[in-house]
Amino acid sequence: MTSWKLWLPFALFLAFFGLVASGLLSPSDQTIESKMIGKPLPAFDLPPAVTDRPALSAADFATGEPKLLNIFASWCVPCIAEAPHLQALADAGATINGVAIRDKPEDIAAFLARNGNPYTKIGADNLSSVQLEIGSSGVPETFVVDGKGVITYQHIGDIRASDVPLLLEKLEEAQ
Amino acid sequence: MIAEAGLACLWLAAALSLLQLLAGGFSLAGKGAQLAPVIRPVAILQGLLVTAAFVLLIWLFLRTDLSVKLVAMNSHSAKPFLYKFAGTWGNHEGSMLLWVTIMGLSGSCIALLEKRLRSDTMIATLAAQAFVSIGFYAFLLFSSNPFERLPSPAPEGQGLNPLLQDPGLAFHPPTLYIGYVGLSVAFSFAVGALITRNVGPVFARAMRPWVLGAWIFLTLGITAGSYWAYYELGWGGWWFWDPVENASLMPWLAATALLHSVSVLATRGALRTWTIMLAVVAFSMSMVGTFLVRSGILTSVHAFAVDPERGSFILALLAIYIGGSLVLFAVRASTVREGTKFNYFSREGALVMNNVLLTAILGIVLIGTLYPLLTEAMGTKVSVGPPYFNPVGAIFALPMLLVMAAGPILRWRGDSGRRLVNLLALPALATAVTLLLVIIFGGSIGILPLLGLVLAVGLAIASVIPLFGRNLLRTPLSIWGMVIAHLGIAVALFGMASESAFNQEVLVASNVGDTHEVGPYTLTLNAIDPVAGPNWTALEANITAQVTGSNASEIITPQSRNFTSPTMQTSEAALLTRWNGQLYAVLGEENDDGRWQLRLWWKPFVPFIWYGGLLIGLGGLLALIGRTARDIKRRRYDMQDSDMQGEAA
Repeated sequence: MTSWKLWLPFALFLAFFGLVASGLLSPSDQTIESKMIGKPLPAFDLPPAVTDRPALSAADFATGEPKLLNIFASWCVPCIAEAPHLQALADAGATINGVAIRDKPEDIAAFLARNGNPYTKIGADNLSSVQLEIGSSGVPETFVVDGKGVITYQHIGDIRASDVPLLLEKLEEAQ
Repeated sequence: MIAEAGLACLWLAAALSLLQLLAGGFSLAGKGAQLAPVIRPVAILQGLLVTAAFVLLIWLFLRTDLSVKLVAMNSHSAKPFLYKFAGTWGNHEGSMLLWVTIMGLSGSCIALLEKRLRSDTMIATLAAQAFVSIGFYAFLLFSSNPFERLPSPAPEGQGLNPLLQDPGLAFHPPTLYIGYVGLSVAFSFAVGALITRNVGPVFARAMRPWVLGAWIFLTLGITAGSYWAYYELGWGGWWFWDPVENASLMPWLAATALLHSVSVLATRGALRTWTIMLAVVAFSMSMVGTFLVRSGILTSVHAFAVDPERGSFILALLAIYIGGSLVLFAVRASTVREGTKFNYFSREGALVMNNVLLTAILGIVLIGTLYPLLTEAMGTKVSVGPPYFNPVGAIFALPMLLVMAAGPILRWRGDSGRRLVNLLALPALATAVTLLLVIIFGGSIGILPLLGLVLAVGLAIASVIPLFGRNLLRTPLSIWGMVIAHLGIAVALFGMASESAFNQEVLVASNVGDTHEVGPYTLTLNAIDPVAGPNWTALEANITAQVTGSNASEIITPQSRNFTSPTMQTSEAALLTRWNGQLYAVLGEENDDGRWQLRLWWKPFVPFIWYGGLLIGLGGLLALIGRTARDIKRRRYDMQDSDMQGEAA
């Protein structure tokens, strides 16, 4: 067999590799731009979720200071994983308001006692109504809201260590 | 502590595989002959350590240790015992650990059992096996650590996808994995043989049991997976040309080709380069399959954790192993000594045709699977399905059936056309008679199902011809294996063709008390009752199935299940299996007017698909036993053989 023919399989593999590498590196339609970005928060007024944090309403976001709105629940495992990174954001000066989805006060208290409490205010969204209106499809999710109550950024899924600088930057941009 | 112990075992095993690679490399390079004796024990110990890590992960799942992230994400304290156990590998990290465990154990087995190969080829093989393992250890340790702890324990686990809560799960993935990884052994043998320029019959005989074993497991895994999808998804179909299914079919096709070419090499010393190529391709297909499944690059019905980072990692492994071995092949293959030449009208010739056709089918499946990716790169989204795979595959599958009928009858070295024609007269006659019968009584059916039905009958008869004129008790097991495996193909083909030709489907909105007819059955919906299981509640239809015109009746109970933790609705089909087909019933939603949706199928001879799969696997098993027994007998001769002859060019 002539030697160039023996290279054919390798050439085919290179073509395959190029194809899948380009497919893998350009996940064009995997990021979902939220429809709520650029829109004001929907009006809501939630009761307090725990005894030691005040209740949360849409008006709490129109104070001039950009804040994070974090959707979480005590029954959510990724929320446990994201807790240290939320704490890091709070330590870096971010104000974080929580919305607890379909939860019980004693479970939330236990969750916060175990994983830390980075929240300034926490509202109890027992029917997921705020979650749906704000355009969040799952738990956890985090929104950046500017000082006028307008949503500027949506982070879907748990916050990882690598996301912390990005979120701080988005908060900065929302000034 | 269990999780930490598991992680420690995993790191130690990884370190040992590095040692195995380095010791092998140095001793082959002639710089450390004193290292050679450690390679076998290291390979054995590595296998034991990684097995220990896997057992510890199983233990964590059985205890539902919720401080471990993987357990918290995929298990639940209320889950039945079997699914806690099987849940160990029902997720990405666990399944990759299962992968390296099987790989480590295969390495141990080679080190313990293989005594025929020349010692330098043996060392190169074990080093290659270690080289492949290292990549997967790195993948586990750096990007998919199964033993990762949560900062604080979760109060409750998230549960296992309810579709996966099925006895099939306990069986299907490990079976496929053993098959995939078994091909890695063939790959290592091929790389070892290329490096030491030792490609010949002895090498083929050493590799053959691994190819056969991997192939048996792939066959059974695909059969089980197909049946699982058939009854668990509730769609009434048994093959969807889904990328994940193709991912298991492609290694099977390559392994089937390899199985046949390795026989030619072992018996006649021919097809040397081609066999090496196929061994590389077969394992490449396993890895490509794993990549396609795990990277989420293609849309599939299978829900796997999709992570581009992991995808990139597997892609890098692909580049190293497949790219590397193909370069090695290109550089070394021209130095492999040409094997014996042969007459094309012979057993060897038929096996070459078999290889060409199988490879063509493999190419067609690969192109169809990757095509959506290609068009997406150009900006359009397409989905490739049965309209492509069935007819285009058939172009090569139909001639394949003819080769299958003729090949086993032909003699090695050369044969006469007249002898073949005489022997094939009976199957040809059977094919013609079936064709007439189907045309007269079968009604209008498509050309492919028609061809499938008649050729299945012809092939079934042709496949037992090699037994004619033999003393059945003294016929070697490997001949029985071949006959039964080929018969299994005919049986499966008959089921497939019959299902697509004669399938009857009824979709009705039914009040309680209504009667419906499908196939030979009259069905009456008696009641819809609520029932509860360990972690689900369900609505269950109580249906009387009566063979029309007879008194014998049976109750079937399809369910629409609601699982708690995680919440999900699944439909549990009810099946009634008879010798001539299967009744398949699915309970759907309740309409606004209070009627219930029922989907009812009568599928003539559909179980033959899976009976055929089991026969193919059984044939493989008999061949494996027969070959191994014979190999043990001739082992002494082989050892002298490989010592004496320098098979390198």
